[in-house]
Amino acid sequence: MTAVPDVFHASQAAWHGGGPELVQLLTPEGERVEHPGITLDLGDAAQEAEAIRGFYRDMVLTRRIDTEATALQRHGELGIWAQLLGQEAAQIGSGRALRPQDFVFPTYREHGVAYCRGVDPLDLLGLFRGVDHGRWDPADHNFGLYTIVIGAQTLHAVGYAMGVQRDGAVGTGDEDRDTAVLAYFGDGASSQGDVNESFVFGASYHTPVVFFCQNNQWAISEPIERQSRIPLYQRALGFGFPGVRVDGNDVLATYAVTQAALQRAREGQGPTFIEAYTYRMGAHTTTDDPTRYRLNDDLERWKLRDPIERVRVYLVRNGLADEAFFAEIEDEAARMGEHLRAGCKALGDPDPRGIFDLVYAEQTPELAAQRDEFAAYLASFEEVAR
Amino acid sequence: MSTMTLAKALNAGLRAAMENDPKVLVMGEDVGKLGGVFRITDGLQKDFGEDRVIDSPLAESGILGTAVGMAMRGYRPVCEIQFDGFVYPAYDQIVSQVAKLHFRSQGRVPMPMVIRIPFGGGIGAVEHHSESPEAQFAHTPGLKVVACSNPVDGYWMIQQAIASPDPIVFLEPKRQYHADKAEVDTTAAPDPLFASRVVRSGDAATLIAYGPTVKTCLSAAEAAAQEGRELEVIDLRTLSPLDLDPVFDSVRRTGRAVVVHEAHVNLGMGSEVAARITEQCFYSLEAPVLRVGGFDTPYPPSRIEEDFLPDLDRVLDAVDRALAY
Repeated sequence: MTAVPDVFHASQAAWHGGGPELVQLLTPEGERVEHPGITLDLGDAAQEAEAIRGFYRDMVLTRRIDTEATALQRHGELGIWAQLLGQEAAQIGSGRALRPQDFVFPTYREHGVAYCRGVDPLDLLGLFRGVDHGRWDPADHNFGLYTIVIGAQTLHAVGYAMGVQRDGAVGTGDEDRDTAVLAYFGDGASSQGDVNESFVFGASYHTPVVFFCQNNQWAISEPIERQSRIPLYQRALGFGFPGVRVDGNDVLATYAVTQAALQRAREGQGPTFIEAYTYRMGAHTTTDDPTRYRLNDDLERWKLRDPIERVRVYLVRNGLADEAFFAEIEDEAARMGEHLRAGCKALGDPDPRGIFDLVYAEQTPELAAQRDEFAAYLASFEEVAR
Repeated sequence: MSTMTLAKALNAGLRAAMENDPKVLVMGEDVGKLGGVFRITDGLQKDFGEDRVIDSPLAESGILGTAVGMAMRGYRPVCEIQFDGFVYPAYDQIVSQVAKLHFRSQGRVPMPMVIRIPFGGGIGAVEHHSESPEAQFAHTPGLKVVACSNPVDGYWMIQQAIASPDPIVFLEPKRQYHADKAEVDTTAAPDPLFASRVVRSGDAATLIAYGPTVKTCLSAAEAAAQEGRELEVIDLRTLSPLDLDPVFDSVRRTGRAVVVHEAHVNLGMGSEVAARITEQCFYSLEAPVLRVGGFDTPYPPSRIEEDFLPDLDRVLDAVDRALAY
């Protein structure tokens, strides 16, 4: 047998632990720690405390949106729901790092980011209730529609960033003008051709884009080991831009890293890959049964790394929030729940005659005729009923 | 007024569109310095710069996917797919993203985009370079599909397609690129984009064609005329939406119709055209609507492609069969 020359041995063994390269600023125990490569800049001490209380509130509300929608699915009000439980810090940390002019291309699980962009969480339910394919105006929130084909949106993000370049909205030094694009995807999507092509295009044109991968360890039933033999963030180097692995359950680290990456983009320094190392605590969607493919032990271990609890501990231990603060957030979450329950049931079915006029910006005679025939057909029943 | 080939006319049309609207971008493989493998974008990068005439990495899904993002940012991308057979890596972006965004956003996200595809055979190429995928796109709601057949249409239709607010698959008969020249009056008012056109009048039967087979059918009609048989020839020009009123008018007069395309006959455009003629002209028909097209095989090696492609004789054979009823 011929020995494999040393040159072919991978420099990194296949390995998927959080590992020493994980950027963390708040430990699972709520201890504030420093990282040599990144600084958390949230202003002075008072401003920082206010911002962290804000992150806490955002994450609690995001979790409530998720649990409420899950319950609505159980009650038959939604056909399906894609749960984000466990990913609140990854989404709030990254979502809060955005400026208004930045643009986001989400998957179908970015409920926390949508909330950060000012999308009414009720508007997220239409797609899952089956009354629309997305009812918010992307231009109102700089937040694209949910994309279900895995990874397709990463190319849209790069194209949008190419448009930003052509608009001269990169590297001007005007902080209200310079624009970054944030592309979300998951560990499963990292295997898609489109995602890899988006890395190629993004690098080739040096676009102002941040690739934000929430590695929640699972693509439905397939573990991360099925997608990659090296830590995902290390792939970035092969495409020609930096990659970093951040503790996706640490809202402070996720915020700091995303903020820095977005700023690189706005300044014209090109793409960055962020691997937010997290865990999908719920099922893939409400139709999934994770007990068929994963161990409860894993879940128990990750519960100790809960993204919200560590911030609560930090705030309490440092005297930055009192009981009234937590009670107010609970009230707010309860109101959010009521808003979603009442609002969801009020989301009526669309008029089936309406679909014909949405296909094109300029209606075709063929489709107009089909609409009229269908309307007449429906009307024929109404006449009989009369 | 100037005389040009289809290739030159398309180039002139693209240039005019880029001059008229600074948001128009051209993107594709080798479209820049090289001017495209067929030279359709020749000289555009030199005049409009690398930001507007974009040489892309060699990835078709990447071209279409990034074009979606550029359209969302307010640009009007004109994507070149180098050859028909290379469009399939971009198929998902075209049918699942480009075609659906207007619908799924309830009209909030328009997709003004042109996807140029040189299509059809007859150039002696290796496999994947001679295909006719139009039915796959015409079958997809949200896309519009047009095919030019001559320099005048090439000049105008590409500009009209770029100005359209909807995504358009723009098919160019590649074997016509450098074939015939025609007088193109760049000041005349063009026909509407989504309109078919009677290109030769006759009363014996109606030939329905688009793209490369328009020329085939005109030759067939010429030959038939020498035998005292006048065939009407209609250039469909638009495949989705179809504009069949001129076809129905014609078939009501002739009673016979033959649809001719290079694409496979099974579930090709001819099947849809035949079904609609049957629905609208049932009592006028003297014979079943016949289809002449590529066989239901993969495109053959080029040394025998003339056997695969509809030619004058196969068209006239179908006319004879229609007239025999």
